[in-house]
Amino acid sequence: MKKILRFFDGYRKESVLAPLFKMLEAIFELLVPLTVATIIDVGIRQKNTQTIYLMCGIMVALGVIGLICAICAQYFAAKAAVGVSAKIRSSLFSHIQGFDYATTDRIGTSTLITRMTNDIQSVQTGINMFLRLFMRSPFIVFGAMIMAFTINVRLALIFAITIPLLALVIFGIMLISIPIYKKSQTHLDPVVGKLRENYNGTRVIRAFNKESDETAAFQEKHRALTKIQLFAGRISALMNPLTYVIINLAVIFLIQFGALSVDDGTISQGELIALYNYMSQILVELIKLANLIITLNKASASAHRISDIFDTPSRSFSAVQAASVLNPAEIAFQEVSFRYHPTGDDAVSNVSFSIHAGQTVGIIGGTGSGKSTLIHLLQGLYSPTSGKITVDGNELTSYSQEQLRAMFGIVPQKAVLFKGTVRSNLQWGCDTANEEEMWHALELAQAKEFVEKAEHGLDSPVQQFGRNFSGGQKQRLTIARALLKHPKLLILDDSASALDYGTEAQLRQSLSTLSDTTKIIVSQRASSMLHADLILVLDDGILVGQGNHSELMERCETYREIYFSQFPKGGTNE
Amino acid sequence: MKLNLKENTKTFGTVLRYLKIFRLHFILSLLLTAVSVILTLYIPILVGNAIDLAVGKGAVDFSEIHFILLKIGISILLTGLIGWLVNVLNNRMTYGIVRNIRHRAFQRIQEFPISYIDSHQTGEIISRTITDVDQFADGLLLGFTQFFNGLMTIVGTLIFMLTISPTVALVVVIVTPLSLFVAAFIAKKTYSMFKLQSEIRSEQTTVIDEMITEHKIVVAFGREQQAQQEFDEVNDRLSGASLRAIFYSSITNPSTRFVNSLVYSLVALIGALLCLAGSSAMTVGKITSFLSYATQYTKPFNEISGVITELQNALACAARVFELIDQPIQEPDAEPAHTPEAIHGTVDFEEVSFSYTEDRPLIRSFNLSVQQGQHVAIVGPTGCGKTTLINLLMRFYDVKAGEIRLDGTDIRSYPRHTLRAAYGMVLQDTWLCSGTIRDNIAFGNPNATEEEVIAAAKAAHAHSFIRRLPNGYQTVISEDGGALSQGQKQLLCIARVMLCLPEMLILDEATSSIDTRTELRIQKAFSAMMQGRTSFIVAHRLSTIQDADIILVMKDGNIVEQGNHSDLLSQNGFYTRLYNSQFAKDPQ
Repeated sequence: MKKILRFFDGYRKESVLAPLFKMLEAIFELLVPLTVATIIDVGIRQKNTQTIYLMCGIMVALGVIGLICAICAQYFAAKAAVGVSAKIRSSLFSHIQGFDYATTDRIGTSTLITRMTNDIQSVQTGINMFLRLFMRSPFIVFGAMIMAFTINVRLALIFAITIPLLALVIFGIMLISIPIYKKSQTHLDPVVGKLRENYNGTRVIRAFNKESDETAAFQEKHRALTKIQLFAGRISALMNPLTYVIINLAVIFLIQFGALSVDDGTISQGELIALYNYMSQILVELIKLANLIITLNKASASAHRISDIFDTPSRSFSAVQAASVLNPAEIAFQEVSFRYHPTGDDAVSNVSFSIHAGQTVGIIGGTGSGKSTLIHLLQGLYSPTSGKITVDGNELTSYSQEQLRAMFGIVPQKAVLFKGTVRSNLQWGCDTANEEEMWHALELAQAKEFVEKAEHGLDSPVQQFGRNFSGGQKQRLTIARALLKHPKLLILDDSASALDYGTEAQLRQSLSTLSDTTKIIVSQRASSMLHADLILVLDDGILVGQGNHSELMERCETYREIYFSQFPKGGTNE
Repeated sequence: MKLNLKENTKTFGTVLRYLKIFRLHFILSLLLTAVSVILTLYIPILVGNAIDLAVGKGAVDFSEIHFILLKIGISILLTGLIGWLVNVLNNRMTYGIVRNIRHRAFQRIQEFPISYIDSHQTGEIISRTITDVDQFADGLLLGFTQFFNGLMTIVGTLIFMLTISPTVALVVVIVTPLSLFVAAFIAKKTYSMFKLQSEIRSEQTTVIDEMITEHKIVVAFGREQQAQQEFDEVNDRLSGASLRAIFYSSITNPSTRFVNSLVYSLVALIGALLCLAGSSAMTVGKITSFLSYATQYTKPFNEISGVITELQNALACAARVFELIDQPIQEPDAEPAHTPEAIHGTVDFEEVSFSYTEDRPLIRSFNLSVQQGQHVAIVGPTGCGKTTLINLLMRFYDVKAGEIRLDGTDIRSYPRHTLRAAYGMVLQDTWLCSGTIRDNIAFGNPNATEEEVIAAAKAAHAHSFIRRLPNGYQTVISEDGGALSQGQKQLLCIARVMLCLPEMLILDEATSSIDTRTELRIQKAFSAMMQGRTSFIVAHRLSTIQDADIILVMKDGNIVEQGNHSDLLSQNGFYTRLYNSQFAKDPQ
């Protein structure tokens, strides 16, 4: 929670002014019953018409001042609430961006999305209401009590007993319902998850005729959510009636003892009315407070969920300094092993090799043989379980993430683009790239032709995740994106799989012109490897062979198998 | 403004339709509210009476006061109980309606045309179905709890006041509507602000969805800063819009409260003057009741106006959900539908034309006959429209002209379920659902036995990697398959189809992410699977489709060549060029 509170920095003024103005408004409201008492005791009893006019005039004046105070308060409250939540949102977004791969995998995207949207929204409402009412309500409640004491100490004791009782009820219900609201918020995640998943998998779901099963599953998950929401609601529903009953019981006592006091002449009738009016003010205020507390319960549950994310360690990111870009002559793996789970099997074990600047390196092997793991290790996304990776003799870990990131250009397995235009996507590689450079990169990536054909060329719209492009087009655009970065090391992680062989061959041809870029090509196609300077052959996490094509054809059984599975012996035609 | 009103009325009508199911709750809630309002209003009268009995020193009628206090006590307890019941009822209605709206939305999405889904962002759908519905629920709950209570309190107070003193009541009645005026004025001004806020919020959800889902790429390109900038830009706009919407709508309450204090002073003034004039109709006790009523009468105006702003926001949100729900859905299945006992798998394309957008024709007058059990391969360069044919076969999209016939009947005459159930499909896009590995393999056939699941996994060569996972077949994978590699996901997709073998197969780049050694082995399983089944295979590895009965060579949306492997090679055309580029041998 402390983590959330710090976002009030910069909105301190507003956060203080809003309740302050609310308090001013409350003070003026508290004066009203006194003016009424004066009207009765002085105006009516002593038949003083002037006092009546004067007091009524004062009441109107109090109303005007109250209005001005309230508008100020609303403004500051809204400003603080919106400002603070915008800061939380921005900071949470940046915090999430600093998560490493494993953290994102573990937490899951749908819960991150609910927290970014839904939870922050409810915190915003909470802050707004809090600033508006939370100071005002106790102030009116205690203010009314103090005013009661000024009228008659004995009768004010009824207030002194009632208020702690009310506090007990209110905070008791709050304490019980906060955890329930928190729980109900966790039930929202699977609902969002199902919706996302269903939307993204429409084709498969329809192909398998699973629409009704999916609907049933969604309803099931939503049922759990509704159930807990109702439960939470039932408990919160107690608040209003209970406070109402307590206050009015206090009114009964007030009249009983008040009548006694009037009888023995301790207080006047007008004063009894004033006391009753104060009790009513407390009631009205508490009804507002009860509604506020329901909102606050939700907000607090959400704040905790946001806090949980902030508590998850995250790396801070900073701008890449152009000057610090590395240009290594050699990257070496020395007996590197790695496992994802401490209890699991090695994903790669005992791998040693070295890569030199400008080389084309191929990594080939079956599905799940450890190719992607090797790439992730190389980028420093995970640290080896044993062994070490060195860059020009220094351990990889001695470089900053930013230095490493700047060095690599990555074309990921799953080709994804971002909402915007072709141009804005290419700018991911290099913000300052001009049109010429972009076309050049597109040409190298074999994407020039279809971008040219598109109606708006570079400014053709790209939808979320690049949904409006075919798999092959997306892959080529992601290649162009990586090329624009002018990386020292270009990593193509099986990123030509959706390309036909002809296009891929042209791509290989054009990439080979980038002589000062080290190219690392992960593929299952032997044809992609033929011209590589170094081919690493992986099988079940073990490096079973390294060398160039002809060396491996002689020495490495696995490589030969792979090769012949794609180029059957005995010629091309049958 | 007129339009807004119309739009609002329409949305409101839809809300009422959802309310219909809960009409019993609704009526009961109204009745109970009425009772509780009457009781609540009765109490100030009782209190006023009691106070009138305590005039001054030695002039207090205790026995009468005690009787009145007893009546107050009973009313209080009843009011409390009823208050709780009403809250519970309102909760039930609200959450019930929310549930029903979400169910309906989800159901409708299942029937949206694929073209809608292909062109709308997931973030937007989430924002509409989740956040907007929540906002709507909040407004609705507030509406239920306060709106009717408020209305009834107004009516009730009015009656009570009239019975006490028509003169003073008249004053209250004349002045109070001022606050409604003020509230309505403000609500009108703020509606568009709330709408803008909703729109920007959904834009932001899209950014969040994209950047968080594809976080890894953001990191790889070191684009955190830019992503942050983009996010902050939307975020700033959102705060601007939110601030305005919230502030302007929150002026309502103080303004109406001000009108109240005017009413309050007037009541005090006139009441006191009447009292002085010695009118028997006015006593000090009655002024007390009246002042209490004046607050009670005007408070609901406040609340109602508060509720109106809330409802503005709620309706703006509801409108966005209903807009989603009211999207035209795909053309319904033909009536009466053609549901043959068995499907054999003869497929004919006759003069089929299709395009995604009007201005860009893709497939033109395409003809093809496929006999039962024949294998059709579709090859061609990337982006030439291979997947489009699959979209048409599965009726993800409908042809623009001509027809596709299955066993001699237009596929549009079949129910979609019958048609799709006839195909087993493996797509390049490896979508998996969150759940266990087993759930995913048994996706199309949830009743499959353990043995069948394992057999399917073995046939798809997925068994060995599944075994190595922490919990084997019971390993839970997250959305999008989480930590599995593309190839592994594809193997699971293949196992999924192996478990429910229908009459026909569609393999759209089914093995594109799988290594060739494994592919070679899977190929054998595929051959067995395809035996006697009409199959459509999209592939770019020509080695995998050489045995196909018909090879369609596509280029720029057109079928440029058609025939079997040796025919096509002998034509020495586009296919030959493709083929040679792939088998460009001689590495030396």
